[in-house]
Parts: sequence; structure tokens; C-alpha cells
Amino acid sequence: MSAFLERQTDETFVLNLGPQHPATHGVLRVKLLMDGEYILAAEPVLGYIHRMHEKMGENRTWIQYLPNTPRLDYLHALAYNQIYVNAVERAAGIEVPERAEYIRVITVELNRVSSHLVWFGAFVMDLGGFTPLLYAFDDREHILDLLEELTGSRLTYCYFRFGGVSCDIDDNFITGTKIFIKRMRERLKMYRALVTGNIILIKRIKDNGPISEEMCRKYGATGPVARGSNINFDVRKHEPYSVYPEFDFDVPVYSECDSMARYMVRMDEIEQSLRIIEQALEKLPDGPFLLPKAPKVVKPPKGDYYQAVEAARGSLGMRIVSDGTNNCYRLKWRSPTFSNLSLFGEACQGMLLPDALALMGSLDLVIPEIDR
Amino acid sequence: MIDYLKEIFYGLKSLFVGLGITIKYFFKPIVTVQYPHETLEMYPKYRGHIELTRNEETGQPKCIVCGMCQKACPSVCISLDGEKPEGAKGKVLTSFILDFTKCSLCGLCVEVCPADAIVFSKRYNLASRNRDEYIIDLLKRLEDKKR
Amino acid sequence: MDTILQLINTIVNTEPFRAILYIVGMIIFVALNAAYLVLMERKVAGHVQLRPGPTENGPFGILQPMADGLKLMTKQLLIPDGVDPILFRIAPVLVMIPAIMGFVTIPFSDSIAARNMDIGILVVFAFATINVMGLLLGAWGSRNKYAVISAARVVSQNIAFEIPMLVIVVTMIMISGSMNLHTIVSQQSGGFWNWNLLNFTASPLMPAAFLILFTCMLAETNRAPFDIVEGESELVAGPFIEYSSMGFGLFFMGEYANIVIGCSLTTILFLGGWGCPFGLFPGIHWFLIKLYLLIFTVIWIRWTFPRTTFYGLLNLSWKVLIPISFVNLLITSAMLKVF
Repeated sequence: MSAFLERQTDETFVLNLGPQHPATHGVLRVKLLMDGEYILAAEPVLGYIHRMHEKMGENRTWIQYLPNTPRLDYLHALAYNQIYVNAVERAAGIEVPERAEYIRVITVELNRVSSHLVWFGAFVMDLGGFTPLLYAFDDREHILDLLEELTGSRLTYCYFRFGGVSCDIDDNFITGTKIFIKRMRERLKMYRALVTGNIILIKRIKDNGPISEEMCRKYGATGPVARGSNINFDVRKHEPYSVYPEFDFDVPVYSECDSMARYMVRMDEIEQSLRIIEQALEKLPDGPFLLPKAPKVVKPPKGDYYQAVEAARGSLGMRIVSDGTNNCYRLKWRSPTFSNLSLFGEACQGMLLPDALALMGSLDLVIPEIDR
Repeated sequence: MIDYLKEIFYGLKSLFVGLGITIKYFFKPIVTVQYPHETLEMYPKYRGHIELTRNEETGQPKCIVCGMCQKACPSVCISLDGEKPEGAKGKVLTSFILDFTKCSLCGLCVEVCPADAIVFSKRYNLASRNRDEYIIDLLKRLEDKKR
Repeated sequence: MDTILQLINTIVNTEPFRAILYIVGMIIFVALNAAYLVLMERKVAGHVQLRPGPTENGPFGILQPMADGLKLMTKQLLIPDGVDPILFRIAPVLVMIPAIMGFVTIPFSDSIAARNMDIGILVVFAFATINVMGLLLGAWGSRNKYAVISAARVVSQNIAFEIPMLVIVVTMIMISGSMNLHTIVSQQSGGFWNWNLLNFTASPLMPAAFLILFTCMLAETNRAPFDIVEGESELVAGPFIEYSSMGFGLFFMGEYANIVIGCSLTTILFLGGWGCPFGLFPGIHWFLIKLYLLIFTVIWIRWTFPRTTFYGLLNLSWKVLIPISFVNLLITSAMLKVF
């Protein structure tokens, strides 16, 4: 606050983009120092939804912490499941059968598509077009129905277990997914015609919110934000985990550094996820879906472990410090949205307020993940 | 000059394409389910709050009062009690209270139970104005179901 | 239908009765339109988005406007401390009354028009401009700096889009030779090949002129994609943020009444007013059909496109619409001279 007070003159005023706001998608408060219509400085204030997930890890056993993981970022919950389960399995030396790995990849990529659909709908709604939101949610219902039939939950999935997944997929799921992939490709064509080609939208997001490559590196932004600024880094390709090396997919990278580039990166990522799901369904091996002798009590040996995974919002990281007992000693999440949001303060200087809101929409923020 | 006119022409064309798409969807049937008048049926694996199951032959709940579900629950929402009657081998369940205000529907209790005594119910329509209605007495629910 | 009204007209042709009949008729028409256009908007929005819209109040939601009106009327009429007492209260009235007054010269059919003035178009535009002043006074009187900023934007938007609209209207007046709306429509009678929309002997850019007039009409009434007023100041709701209950209700009704006036003008100037497309049975029913098709298009456009930025909007007006409308004016005058 003191930095703001110093810069205030007679010409400027402080505007509060309060915790309750239709455009911030969560409880985020941003203090803006404005000169008429232009933003001079911005300072996000966090902590309105801090729920102490990291402390809860210390009070629960390794298995009991599983339901906490999807509640961090509820839109791409299975990636958070995957990173925790992967980290503990690597630490404790638990092997996962191949069929389980393929099932994990299929469900994580389906969840990524649904997360990008929510972003797409919410972003265009912020810009004033209310209809694509409902079309995107119609598509997302199909994914949610598939995953509900499989796991029983629609949003916060607690599906992965140490040594595999909790139940097997059946033919219903496989046929349903194939029908969905075909339908989604048609819908992507429709979105391109309705939204991406629309001159009003193009004028709104082209050259809006430039985030240069060095700014990304300075603040540690990852994911579509960095890939829209010419940084070619995707954890699935550069630090592979699970069975990703067996799939053939591209990583979309655009170099224009504006909101249009970030938009196109995410739309291309939906297509690439559909490719991965198709290949995984073809190559799905038979076998057990859960280790037959899955340990009831998991105790990773003493040490410090780190795992990184590509979530829909960027490179997600998790650090586990174990002291050999049933509870973990320390658990730390590296949340991609936190780093993405930190560049908002510098990137929005000199912009008009609606342009800054468009920039915030293109960063794809989910506030519970920042505050944990 | 040519660029200016081309931009106007292609821009206008994109607007008409967008309008064509929306009018096509205007004439399609609606996809929403009108909730109070029509309801959907839940999938078999749907996770409502847990409930006890009954042994078909003896008519008693399958629960052997081992307490594994109580230990496995991360949110400490199960509290159960049992007593050992005269001359019987195992304990008999006397009370099983689920505090649904804390339950996160993780399913660890269902998986860990050695006797398959707990399953997920299909109840999703649980609105209430009173917090006490969420302290669910599962044994009582099982007996009401018998009748 | 037409003959019955003609009969009523000749019976009650004494001046006071005729005026009162038209006043009551116009107010009922505007009020019903303002109420049911909200329902039409919600239903169209719903079906475009694959959902049904309001269905609970009455079959197909017919009674929904009654429920909305009742809700608005029973809310508390809050007047904040320190507002300018006269301006704050008069602003909604200043927005609503010109909208109703604009219907004075609009001919619904050959014999149904309140007053058949020789300067018909000028009267409509004179009244339409007071609407902007009403918004500005309301915002100024609200003693809220965000309202003043929004209102300043509304004024500049309205001024920027009045210019191409008036240039197009001048072009149409040149083609018809009179400002009397009745004459303009009579000249387009016959089939749809006589309509001004396809009047290529006057100028080859006629359809473009129609599009420009339609766009300007969208911008004048602050409808999407030009609704910077309502949506873009996402923190603050525009110039009427301090209004509640019926004050807000009057602003809203004024907006829909303006849409009806704008669409009627477009029908009259370009689409042949009350004429049938095939010249068979002209009458008020054709006017209403064309009017409601245009209003459907206005609603359809709102739910398809996102909002333009403020500078994009002004650029569109000053750099695209004004040059094209002036070019159209020159071409029309040249062709009228030659042919």
C-alpha cells in the first residue's frame, strides 16, 4: 500500500477491483492506481480463499491427503491427483501397471479439454459475447457425463490411487469418448467460424496485452502464457513423465506475445489433447488397473522429492519432504497461476481498464490455486 | 486503399457467418433438462452420501464394527459404536452417525471396508434450512428402508 | 382491419377525440412493446443458447413482464444524499417522453398516423436527440464520478453515430423529394423491387446505406455490439448506477422504445413501410411484420457478437461509416442529376 500512496498525486485515484467481481473469476482483489481511464500501477491482493492445504498435508496420512488435491484447481483436478500420486509412487518405489497409466493419461487429457472449454467460454463472456459460453458448457457436459459414469464425481475427482486407478474403464466409456472426439472436432470448426474469425473479437484481442519473452522468464510464467510468447517449453515433452513419450503430439507455440497468441495456443491445445486421447485409446493394453498387492499403508523413505506435471494453466510442481512416518513432514505446491498473475502488475501499466481485463482473462486465472 | 476495402469486406463477411451460426442454433431443440418437471437418473457409481447395506439372509447390517472406516476418513466424520452380545462371535452395530457437513465424498471409507458394508447412495437432492439434518443416522435410515 | 379503423376515424374525427385516442393508443403501444420486448429478448437469447428462457410464469412465460413490472414497482425508490434534486428526478422522464413523442409522425399504414407533418423526419430526429441529454443530466445529477465518465462516453458515442445516420437520411430525402414520411412510403408501393433498399437507379450503394443506417441505429440506442454503456464499465453500471426501482425501469423502457422508433424509421425509409412485398394487400400488418423482423435482428445481433472497445467504436464511425455515407451522398446526387 505504501508504494501506491507514494505515487498518488492530485491527478490520480485508487480504484479497487474488489474481491467480488464478475471479471476476475474468483476472489481476487486488485488495487489499481488510475489516471482518468489509464492504469498506472496494479497490485493484486491475495489470500481471500486461503484454506491451508499445505498444512493439512502435515496432519493427514499419505492416503488421506488424496481428496485434498482436486480442490486446489477444480477445473483440471485430475492433473493435481496425478502429480501427487506420481510423486509419492516415485518416492516409495511403487510400480504402476501400464493399463492404469494409459487410463490416467486419457482422463487427464479429457479434463484438460474441459478446463480449456471453461476458459474459452469465460474469456469471450468477459469481452461481451455471452453465447459461446453456453455452447462450450454444452460440450463440457458430455465430458462431465463420461467422467461421472466412470468415477462418480463431476468436478473434484478423487480417482487415482497409489498403484493405479480406483476402477476400470469399460466399453461404454471408450465408445462414448470416440463419439465425443468426433463431435468436438466439428464444434472446433464452429468456434473458429463464430468466435476466432469474428472481426470484433480480432480487433479486441490482437495487439492487446503484450507480454514479452523476457518478462515471462523474469516472473516464471509457464503454460499457454509462455507458449504465446515464443517460449517452447512443455513439461510433457521436455521432462516427460508417465507414458507421454509414446504419443505423437505437437506443442503449439506462437510468437506474437499478445492475447490473440495465448488464445490460439489454447485452442490448438484442445486439438492436440484430442489426438493424444485417440492414440491412447488405440494403444490401450489389457491388464490390471490397480496393483494387485497395492500397499494399504504408504511410507515413502526419508528424503526430498519433486515432481512436475503440465496442468492446463502451466507447469505445476510439487515438493514432498518425507521423514519416513505415516504423515508427510512438508508439502509444497508450485502453483502456475501464482507466477502467471505476478506479471499482471507490470504488464498492465499504461493500458485502459477494459484492455487490462481482457489481459487478465487471457491469463486464465483460477484463484483457489493461488491461495491454496 | 485496397487493404482498407478488403478489411471492411472480410470483416463484414465474418459478421454474417457468425449470424448464420447463431440462427442455426436458434432452430435446434433445447438441450437443458427442466429440473423440477423432469429429473435425470443418476449413474450407478454416483457418489451421494454413504449408507449401510444389509445381509440378505440374516437381515442385519453387514458392518462388523472394526472401525477401519473411522480411521481412514480424512475429515473425521464417521462415528460408530457397537457391542458384543452374549454368546456371539462378533460385535453388533448399535449406532453409526455420519457428519455430512464435513464429508468430502472421497470414497476411502467405502474402499477400506473389509465387509463391503458401506456403499454410496444416490441422494442428490439434499437442500435443507437446518444444519442438524446433515448429521445423518445411517442405522435409522437402514431400518426405515426395511419397512 | 384497416376499414374498421378508418370508420372509427371518420366517426371520431373531431379534433380533441382524435388526439386523445392517438395519445392513449401510442402510450399503450409503447408500454406493451417495452414490456414484451424484454420477454422476446430473453426467449430469443434462450433459444440461441439452446435453453428455453422464461417458462414458469404462464405458458411460454407470457406473464413474465407482469412479474418483472411488479417487482420493479415494489422496490424501494432510493434517492442518495446530495444529488441534485431536480436533475436526478427529471432525467428518466427526459429519456422516456421523447421516445413516446417520436411516434407522432410515424405512419403505421395509409390512414393510421397521429399527425402527417411535412417535416416528419426532422421531428423524429429532434426528439431522439433529447434522449442523450437526459442521460447526461441524470449522470451529472447522481453525484458519482463513474457515472459522469460513462455519460461522457455515451455522449461522444451518440454524436459520432448521429452524423452518418443524418447523412443517409438526407440521401433518402433527396431521392424522395420530401420529408413527409407518408410520401416516402407511397413512393415505394408496388412490389419489393420498388423498395428503396433495391433502388439501384438512385445509387448502386443502397444496400450499404441500409447497413450503415442499421448500424447507426444500434449505436444510438446503445445496443450490443456497442453497449459500452451497459456492460463495459464492468465495475460500474454506466450512467444510471444510482437509479433503482422505477427510475431504472423508465430508462430501460426508454431504451426499448428507442429501438422500436429506430426500426420503424428503417422500415419506412428502406423497406417500403406498410407495403406488401408483392403489392397485393398493403396494410398495417405488413408494417408490423417488418418492424418485428428488424427487432428480432437487433436482438439476434446482441447475442452473437462481443463488445467493441470504445476506440474501436469511434474509429468505426469516423473512419468507415462517415466516408462511405458521404460517398453515397455524392453518387446519389450525381445519378439523380443525370437520370
